[in-house]
Order: sequence, then C-alpha cells, then structure tokens
Amino acid sequence: MTAVSIPSGGLFAAHLPRWIRGIRPTLVLSLLVLAVAASAAIAPGLWTHTDPLHADPLAARQPPSLAHLAGTDIQGRDVLTRIVYGARFSLLIGLGATLVALGLGAILGIVAGVGPRWADQLVTRLVDVVAAFPEVLLALLMIALSGRGAINLALALGVAGLPKYARTIRATVQQTRCAGYVEQATTFGASRWQRLVRHVLPNALGPLPVMVTIGFGGAIISSSGLSFLGLGPQPPAAEWGLMLAESRNYLRQTWWTGVFPGVALTAVVMAATVLGRHLQERYERRLP
Amino acid sequence: MTQTIREVVVAQDQGRPEVLLSVRGLDVRFGGRRDVHAVRGLDLDISAGQCVAIVGESGSGKSVTARTLVGLAGPGAVVSAKRFQIGDVDARRLSERAWRKIRGRSIGLVLQDAQNSLDPLRPVRREVGEVLIRHQLVPRRQLARTVDQALSDVGFPDPQVRGGQYPHQLSGGLRQRALIAAALAGGPKLIVADEPTTALDVTIQAQILELLRSKCEAGTALLLISHDLAVVSSIADRVLVMKDGVVVESGTTTQVLEDPQHDYTTRLLRAIPSASTRGHRLSADAAPEAEATPVARDHGLPVARDRGSVVLCAQAVHKSFELPGHRRLVAVDGVSVSVKAGQKLGVVGESGSGKSTLARILLGLQAPDTGAVQVLGTDWGTAGREHRHEIRRAVQFVSQDPLGSFDPRYTVEEVISEPLRSVSSAQLRAERVREVLALTRLSPDLLAALPRKLSGGQRQRVSIARALALRPSVLICDEPVSALDVSIQAQILDLLDDLNHRTGTSLVFISHDLSVVHHLVDDVVVMEAGRVVESGPVTQVFADPQHAYTRRLIAAAPKPAHDLRAA
Repeated sequence: MTAVSIPSGGLFAAHLPRWIRGIRPTLVLSLLVLAVAASAAIAPGLWTHTDPLHADPLAARQPPSLAHLAGTDIQGRDVLTRIVYGARFSLLIGLGATLVALGLGAILGIVAGVGPRWADQLVTRLVDVVAAFPEVLLALLMIALSGRGAINLALALGVAGLPKYARTIRATVQQTRCAGYVEQATTFGASRWQRLVRHVLPNALGPLPVMVTIGFGGAIISSSGLSFLGLGPQPPAAEWGLMLAESRNYLRQTWWTGVFPGVALTAVVMAATVLGRHLQERYERRLP
Repeated sequence: MTQTIREVVVAQDQGRPEVLLSVRGLDVRFGGRRDVHAVRGLDLDISAGQCVAIVGESGSGKSVTARTLVGLAGPGAVVSAKRFQIGDVDARRLSERAWRKIRGRSIGLVLQDAQNSLDPLRPVRREVGEVLIRHQLVPRRQLARTVDQALSDVGFPDPQVRGGQYPHQLSGGLRQRALIAAALAGGPKLIVADEPTTALDVTIQAQILELLRSKCEAGTALLLISHDLAVVSSIADRVLVMKDGVVVESGTTTQVLEDPQHDYTTRLLRAIPSASTRGHRLSADAAPEAEATPVARDHGLPVARDRGSVVLCAQAVHKSFELPGHRRLVAVDGVSVSVKAGQKLGVVGESGSGKSTLARILLGLQAPDTGAVQVLGTDWGTAGREHRHEIRRAVQFVSQDPLGSFDPRYTVEEVISEPLRSVSSAQLRAERVREVLALTRLSPDLLAALPRKLSGGQRQRVSIARALALRPSVLICDEPVSALDVSIQAQILDLLDDLNHRTGTSLVFISHDLSVVHHLVDDVVVMEAGRVVESGPVTQVFADPQHAYTRRLIAAAPKPAHDLRAA
C-alpha cells in the first residue's frame, strides 16, 4: 500500500554505485573475523611460528610487547600463539555440535512432520524430554557418563541442542506439506515420496542455513563454557575456554592471559550471529 | 474541468444543503527509490445524502485516494491539493493530532477486510465503543446503551449478547456490520468505504449495500471505493472512473454507465460478464484463428474424447468433517453430478456450501465417506495404483490462488513442465510446453521468469497452461477469476471458453459469482449447505429458478451494468 522509503544503511556516499553503497560495515567485519578464525583453524602456521605448548620459564608473565603481541602466560607460553591454535578446537567443537544437532534434529523433525500420527507423537514427546533439561546441564550429564574430551563434548552439545532444530523442521515440514503446490503435484500423479523429495523438503529446509549460522555462535559459547569447567580438551591443550579457566587465578597480575582469549571468543560468536541475522533477513525478504 | 463547474452550478440550483468534502487537484506521490505518482489532479465533491463512487482496477489509485481523504496516506506519501476542504476545515495543513479529531467524528472509514480490521482480542462492542470514548461523545454511564443502539442501527442482531462476541465468532456479514457500526458510531456526516462488500457472499453483499443505501437516504454522505461496476451502479449517484491515478471519466451513474465517453470505461463495461454477454467475447483479445489446433503429436498423452460421453461423474457423494466437541460438519451431502466431454458445468453457491470440498472429491484429493466418483469410467475408490495414476492426469485443477500452487523455487518453465515428468523425451516435453504456451497465449519469453514476478493474469494463465500440459479430459477451476480485475477476468474467461472449444476439454467452473457463471457455462448446479438444490441448463435455471435459494441468490446479485444499459 504505502511505499515507505527505507534508508539502505550503507556506509558510503550517495554518488557511489548501489552495490558499494549497499555494503554493510558490520557484515564485512564479521566475514573478516570468521575468515581469520577459519584460516587459523585450518593453518595456524600462517599466523604464528611458535609452538603453542612451548614453555619458556624465563619469559613467563610478560605483558604484551613486540616479541609477544599478547604477552605470555604463567608458564611462559605465547598467548597469541595459543589463541591461534585454540581456534581449531573452538571452531571444530562448535561446528561439530551444530552439525550433530542439525542432523539429528532434521531426521526427527522430518519423521515427525511427514510420518504417521503415532510417530509424530512419539518424536514430539521425546524432543520435549530432551528440551526439558537446560542444554548445558544435559551436556554435563552426558559427559559425566561418557568421559571428557573434544569429541564427546561436541556430541553432548549436539544432542542437547537438537530440540530447536527438530521442532522448527517439524513445523516447516508440516506447513509445507499442506501447501497448494504439494496438493497440485498430487493431481499430476506424483507419489508421496516424489512430493516429499521434490517439493516438501527443499522448501521446508530453506531456513536451515540461517539457523545453523546462528546456532554455531551459541555452540561455541557452550563448548567454551564446558571447557572452562574442565570437561573439554585437557591441559596443556590450547583451547579458549581452557585458557580462560587457567588465567582466572592470575587476572590481577596478568590480565592479558584472560582478556585476549575472551576477546577472540566474543569476536567469533558475534561475527557468527551477525552473519546469521543477515542471512535471515535476506531469506525472509525473499519470501513472497 | 467544465464538468466540475457545471456540477457546482447544478448543486447550487438544487439548493443542496451542504458540501461535506471538496477536493481540487489532489496529488499523491510516493517517493523512495521508485517515484510513484499514485493520484494525479483528482477533483471530488460530496454533499450530504450523496453517494459518490470511485471505480478502478488494482493500481488505479482509488484506495490511496480513500486513505488520503482520511489523512492516512502513510509515511513517505507526499500529498498536495489546490483545495481540500472537510466541512469548513482546510485539511491541507492538518497535524496528525487534528486528523484524529476528524477521523471517526467527521469522517468514518470502513475497510474491506473486517477480519483484519477488527481487533481479534476485543469483543466487537468495545471496538464500536472506542470511537465514542476517544471523542468523549457520551458519558460513560450511557456508553453501553449507545453502543447497543449503534449496533442495532446496522441490523446487528441481539447486540447485548452478540456484541460481546469476538470477531472470529461472528460471520463475515456480521463482522462487516460491526465495522460499519464502529464507523458510524461517532455520527460522522461522511463515510468512506473501501471495498466494503468485496469479501462477502452475494446475499450478505446485498444486505450491506442496502444498509449503506439507507444511511445515505438518511442524509449521510458516502464515498464508495470499488472495483465492481455492478455494485456501484446499484447504489451510487455519481461515479468517478480512475485509471493510473487519473480520473478518466466522471458523471452521474446513469451517464457514465449508459453513455461512457472514455475508451477505458467502455472497455471496463464490456468486460463485465452477465447473461447478455453469453457467447460474446469480453476482452479485446482477438479470437484465435480456426486452424490453430496444433498438430497433435503423440506425446504418450491421452487425446480428447468424443463429445457427449460422460467423462466425470459423482454419485450420491457424502463427506463430513469432525469438529471439536463431537459435532460433525456435513460438507457435501448426497451430491450427484456428471460432466460430459466438452461440457462446461458451473457450480454456484455461497461460502460454506461445499463447492470446494466437492472439487477436492472430484479431483481424488479427498475420499468421500460414501458414494463414488468415476473418471472415464474408472472409480477413484476401487482403482489400483496404476489406474489411479492414469486417471489422475485426466482431471486437472486450476485454483483461485495460482501463486500458492506453484513451488516458490520454480521458474515458469519448471512449473509448466512439472506434470510432464512422465514424458520421457526432453524434446517432446519442450514441444508440449510450447504448445500449451501458445494455447494460453503466453509469451515464451516468460519461461525463465519466476511466477511471483508476473502479473495476476499471467499467473493464472501459467496455472491453466500447466493444467493443460497433460491433455486432461476435465479442467476443474475453483474460483479461477475471483481474485482478478474485471479486464483480466474477461481475458481469462475468454481463454477458458476458447480452450473448451478448441481442445474439447470439459470445464467444471466453481464460482460464487452468478454473472460469471451465467456468462460462461452450459449447465449449472446450485449448492446450498452441501446439497444440490437445483440443476439444469444455465439459461433455464437463471431465467426461471425453481428453488427458493436460487431465487434468493439471483435477487441478491447486483444488477449488472449491461442490463441497466439495456433498460
């Protein structure tokens, strides 16, 4: 009805071409942060030449300097190097947990969405039970049963995080199943299976990339939290949550051992969330 | 311009009491990326007791005009006028605060969609009372009584009790009445009604129009916005025809309808289907050449049957649904219909009469509780899987909402060729797609487009093209034109008629619109509350209706402009 002019929120002056004006600084920054974190996870050697486990007692507790940009910790290990190497753990555990949650959630959601009534009931109740526990508490419980370590941590967080995926997918599948075009496909003689594969799933799973991106940030936070409690990778491994835990007794004397891993963690989580929101916005605008 | 001067003179001569709204040179623009000039140089006068109608198709600027006149043009709208007088207030410089004093008190606004315009969380009587409270028109103690009075004034039954109900508990007609009551409660001298009857059944529409007319006769001025010339002709004193933001014609209703001066008005009038347009084309599209039957290549698809044999029939079909509280809703109650090859069968009835459920049963999308449906002699219920597959393609469906029936990820080409997956050769598939494009007069350039970028008429053509792809024996169309503008509706009706002639495909045409049905079909079935109350050749049924319900429907349908012109 009424055309409201929306300011494009761009960074640049009006006389530049539209695609440049459309660039959002926060989005660019987020992509940059994620790219750096990903490169550190894949090839930490690109960013540092020191060994994250190499302790130099003579250079312990040094504040940030040119030699050690983020200082050294109580054992004389380079903090920046440990942050770079820690990216691998944090990103992998976060990604692993998200993918486990997504995979299990998608299977349960689809079964509940297209299956017979009893299957829907069964799955929904099961998911309700999982969702009844706070995520971290459930993950704690599972780690207590299965033992510590990075893989168990990712699995535990994945199972604990599956309800939101299962519920969303069940809802979108059920909604799509009743769409006009699915019914119309019936009149062309498409079988149940064909309708499911051709129409229902592709349309119902559309919002997933968005959910995954947003969920990824949350998973990193949870995994660092559990590492902080000592349930993830074990010392002397370099992991952000673990580094925060190790630094917490010395924060007054060596603030840099805690602040820099914390900044890295915050930056990656925020970047993932900003990217996720952006994808969500684009996805929603695409809908008719 | 000359006309307006004459008008003013006439008004003075008759000693018309009071000009309530006077507008000269109204311009509305929407800025932003695309500069839209929605209304250009509109002149309008309404005096007490007069009904003026603005008629136009979607995008003509009629709704923008209505909203501007109540100060709701919206943010981003730039409004300018040489004169904009509401009573003796100059409305050009009014602040939002000042507008609030005028809305509800001097001008009442009735919107099209009572479902969305009423607050779902409030009983309707609070909605009606709100305007009284806002403008402090009555003391609190008398509020209840005044609200009851306002509701019963618009024919709202039992206001003390039913006024306490929520919008979703009321029928469409009652909701619309409540909305009108709310608009009238503050005692405005002018009502602006934007498509007040569009979503309603004919009998309810007739009641609402009668209500508005009686208000007019009692001295309220009415500005009616409508796309429906038939509605307008039954109630308005003056008509303004709008196109692309410009008033192309204005005059008294009889002047405009009987002796239209502008081409566009003539085209609009000619596009209205009715009894007298049977067998004539409605749109300006030329009839297809006779030879045009495409070379019938064998795509492994069935070929049309001989005329006269029964292709689709339902025998004593029953279907009921369970409602909460162990009640059952009988949607279809012992309906028998049969469709012969090449026949055009109309199904008319009001909402809730079971038309759409019948369509779903005929399509085999829903199994009837009892009774049987046969397609080309094969029973839906007893057919094996292979056979079902075979007869599925014989009955195809065109829905009211084409966009909703397209997979949102698909291009036009993918949409149309979707039913053809069973045709093995890609070349034959492409050929068939080209054939149905030609049949539905769609340009091949559109194949790569996404359906949501197309116009309403094009979308419905794509939907028809897809339904034709499998060479069905029967096309079931559920309200295929009810969401379209008159001129687009005319094109689609012409198209359906051509297809029926050229391909021999039978049509089952489901509609609430009697004039459309009268124009198009051979035979008609009238449904009420799940039953067939009357059936027969359409001319006979409409000329001499036997059942009381049919008579009510026909009486309620607004007199089409043609008949008015003929009279």
